Amino acid sequence: MTSVTTNAAARRHGAWRRNQRRLAPLMFIAPGALMFLVYVVVPIFRSMSISFYDWDGMGAMKWIGFGNYVELWSDPAFLVSLENNLIWLVLYMLAVPAGLFIAIFLNQNVRGIRIYKSLFFFPFVISQVVVGLIFTWFYAPDFGLLFKLTQMLTGTGTAILADERYATYGIIVAGLWPQIAYCMILYLTGLNNVAPDQVEAARLDGAKGWKMLWYVIIPQLRPATFIAVVVTVIGALRSFDLVSIMTQGGPYGSTRVLSYYMYEQALSEYGYRMGYGAAIAVVLFFIMMVFISGFIWKMYRDETER
Amino acid sequence: MFPRPIQQRPAATRAAYQVALPVALILWLLPLLGVAMTSLKPGADLTQGNYFGWPSHLAWSNYADVFRNSPIGWYILNSFKVTIPTVIGAVALSCMTGFALAIYKFRFNLMIFFIFVAGNFVPFQILMVPVRDLTLKLGLYNTITGLALFHIAFQTGFCTLFMRNFIKSLPNELIEAARVEGVSEVRIFWYVVLPLMRPAIAALSVLVFTFIWNDYFWATVLTNGVSTQPVTAGLYSLNGQWVAQWQLVSAGSIVAAMPPVLMFFAMQRHFIAGLTLGAVK
Repeated sequence: MTSVTTNAAARRHGAWRRNQRRLAPLMFIAPGALMFLVYVVVPIFRSMSISFYDWDGMGAMKWIGFGNYVELWSDPAFLVSLENNLIWLVLYMLAVPAGLFIAIFLNQNVRGIRIYKSLFFFPFVISQVVVGLIFTWFYAPDFGLLFKLTQMLTGTGTAILADERYATYGIIVAGLWPQIAYCMILYLTGLNNVAPDQVEAARLDGAKGWKMLWYVIIPQLRPATFIAVVVTVIGALRSFDLVSIMTQGGPYGSTRVLSYYMYEQALSEYGYRMGYGAAIAVVLFFIMMVFISGFIWKMYRDETER
Repeated sequence: MFPRPIQQRPAATRAAYQVALPVALILWLLPLLGVAMTSLKPGADLTQGNYFGWPSHLAWSNYADVFRNSPIGWYILNSFKVTIPTVIGAVALSCMTGFALAIYKFRFNLMIFFIFVAGNFVPFQILMVPVRDLTLKLGLYNTITGLALFHIAFQTGFCTLFMRNFIKSLPNELIEAARVEGVSEVRIFWYVVLPLMRPAIAALSVLVFTFIWNDYFWATVLTNGVSTQPVTAGLYSLNGQWVAQWQLVSAGSIVAAMPPVLMFFAMQRHFIAGLTLGAVK
């Protein structure tokens, strides 16, 4: 009796033995993939389908086809958000050259430079909520440093965040602060890997300053630049925290971006319009997909070249 | 090396550089220094209009006040309760997915990998309504578990990207040799690959810790109230209560920022290795 069970066990063991090369990947991948499927992949498609309904999140869902999208098209708040996203995207790109500039400035071997590098990186480590509060204080009307400064220079103080014309730019500046730090660290790592013999060779050929930077250094920094651009684009389109902390979309909705407007529509005192919110999210998703596809395409090329 | 080492420059340039460094740093961190100083001002200074001068005396009591008169201690505890399980969960899951995607050749390998990568970059808003709905249905809305579960799943995307590339760069001969010896796949993972992954695990742990600690969006979507909200969302609601008491807002901000900052300084090297997405070595 005992010998029979051990035989069966051995046979089962043998089956595992023989097939483990085939079964092991499945086993290793299943838990992570399942979680990711449930919380990320499926919700993307669920959002797409919800965007075709009129839904308050609890009651019955009413199919309205492209109704939400048609409404978006003539919704001024949506158009303002879209425009602001574009402004974010363009201005956020300044983080890339600015990060490169600081990285070049710091790429020296002097005493204490490591501390300097980490302190320059500091803004990226702290939460955007804290960054938002810091800049709100910096911009505050009446006593804020910037208000005082403009008062000194022009006679009347400007309260950036209360002014429709400047508020978005004020938030973007706050966002650039940590983003520049991120790009800086990418470039510092990149500069570390620039081939010294090529730099020396170029130097012997008389290249220096801007010429050296443009023709020798920047081409070698391409991997760093690529990552910097990717994370900056994603960061710009994901901007939510700062808008929520600093202005809550105001004044008069002038600082809304798609991510914030979506939240406002779907989940705030303005109402629980889940379907409409989902439609906004889908638009944002497709804008981001343009960049994500580019990233994946490059990864795919790198993979198949190997 | 670029730019030309400062040591090869004239003495004047060197001196200028030594001066420029601290000046640039102070300008760069000016907003932060301002907040640090404000956090140490007695409330009377602010009411008398001393916003940017030195504090009349160092009011460490602001920090005590923040802890005594607000639930910030709870918020911080909640943050730890969400962050630590997320770090463990996401890193553990991605060690396995990364291993599978890096070591084995099977159909859809690259496709699965790219789904993880792409998913990691999608806007949060496209997930918001369904994830909130799912969390409600599971009865996990406004619980630490509900928030941590989502974070684990989402961070697995980024961590898989990182782990898979890291394992791919390990020498394949090690694994082949173990297979020839007849070591089972599970043991190869546990005894051969996992010990080599320590630097990657360290890098991801610090990075995920910072990401999750600083998360604000999901905290507002999936939790509310003192018993579950992490410190980012908590600080925001406290900001509403502390109208114009900037010394408290500042002290609270500094307290909330501390854990990731300490983490960063303790594990800097790993942190930076993680940030470069493993692409710029």
